[in-house]
Amino acid sequence: MPQAMRDIKRRIRSVTNTKKITKAMELVSSAKLRKAREKLENTRPYFNTIVRSIHDILASTDGIRHPFIEKREIKKSAYIVLTSDRGLAGGYNNNVIKLAENLINDKKDTSTIIAVGQKARDYYSRRGYEISGEFLHISETPEYYDAASIGNLVVEMYREKRVDEVILVYTHFKSSISFNPKTLKLLPAENIKDDNEIKRTTLIDYEPSPEEVLGYLIPKYVQSAIYGAMIESSASEQGARRNAMKNATENAEEMIGDLKLSYNRARQASITQEIAEIVAGSEALK
Amino acid sequence: MSKFMLEIVTPDRKFFEDEIEMVIVRGREGDLGILRDHTPLVTPLDIGRIKIKQNGEFKEAAIAGGYVEIAKEKTTIITDSAEWPGEIDINRAQEAKKRAEERIHKKTHSEIDIFRAEMALRKALNRINVAGRD
Repeated sequence: MPQAMRDIKRRIRSVTNTKKITKAMELVSSAKLRKAREKLENTRPYFNTIVRSIHDILASTDGIRHPFIEKREIKKSAYIVLTSDRGLAGGYNNNVIKLAENLINDKKDTSTIIAVGQKARDYYSRRGYEISGEFLHISETPEYYDAASIGNLVVEMYREKRVDEVILVYTHFKSSISFNPKTLKLLPAENIKDDNEIKRTTLIDYEPSPEEVLGYLIPKYVQSAIYGAMIESSASEQGARRNAMKNATENAEEMIGDLKLSYNRARQASITQEIAEIVAGSEALK
Repeated sequence: MSKFMLEIVTPDRKFFEDEIEMVIVRGREGDLGILRDHTPLVTPLDIGRIKIKQNGEFKEAAIAGGYVEIAKEKTTIITDSAEWPGEIDINRAQEAKKRAEERIHKKTHSEIDIFRAEMALRKALNRINVAGRD
């Protein structure tokens, strides 16, 4: 019996240590989540404004031809997949990757991946996907500068006709307990305008020329969309990690409770046994 | 003077949103003064200074590129960064200027690097300029 007790005690200690770690990680990600949410709130107006304004502009570009807004036959697609660098975030990375995987489906050969975050890079390189860009260690503190370099890369690829569409896969931050993986088609930008809204009749002037303005605006839109998505993803990552760690801590607590119960039982059993032995011994002496 | 809405947003914050009388921006083709009921227009902006006239007084700010969208209801300026003169860190701008100049003088870099350094230099000079006027 003392043997069993020692084993249980050891397990309790080990679970307690694990609990300490998960608790600490929970606190860390709570703090990071708060910061990420602040950043998200500061960025959303910019993101919404730029989407709305590009929307307005594209709604009144009838008759303007520009490579960025024209559909062409899709021979190759680029997927920008936003994941985290580190794991232990519950289903966060898995969900994004699964969504991208569903999109790619059987078109693996005609797809190319731009991996943001180690998890996406590892996943796709292990499975032999073509990777045309990887951006690591930026997912926790997204900067506009990083979004701009990703944006420039895809715009360049699109311009050189190495890819015919660009799709962004990220996680939308709804609230601190709910996040959805989402996709957004960045290029061709034509899809932004075919919302069934009323055709605008106002004529907009473009200076110096519509083509030049669109040539400037659309890469800008791509960069901002990536930036917005990076911020959303990073807030979601922290939220997902916090939830995962919270659950882990709760599970550890439950486990400790169970173990304590069986420890006490074993202790009681060993005491009972000892008493029984003593009583039996004194009985024998009589 | 009649007023209209001006909104300036950057990736990090909403820089400005209020009713104003006039705004002067630096477009690619030159300075552009916008009053109420301007015709709808979209144009990219240059790195430079914008002047906002509100209640008869001019305010200045440094902006780093971007574009302006003039619509009926309001005018929106979307830019990578915007700062009031008081917010500009002069030392940082000076350092950025020095770094950019060094990079341009080295000449070992590719064209794109030179271009980037030039952009950085112009941003730094613009900041120094706007801050200095205050």
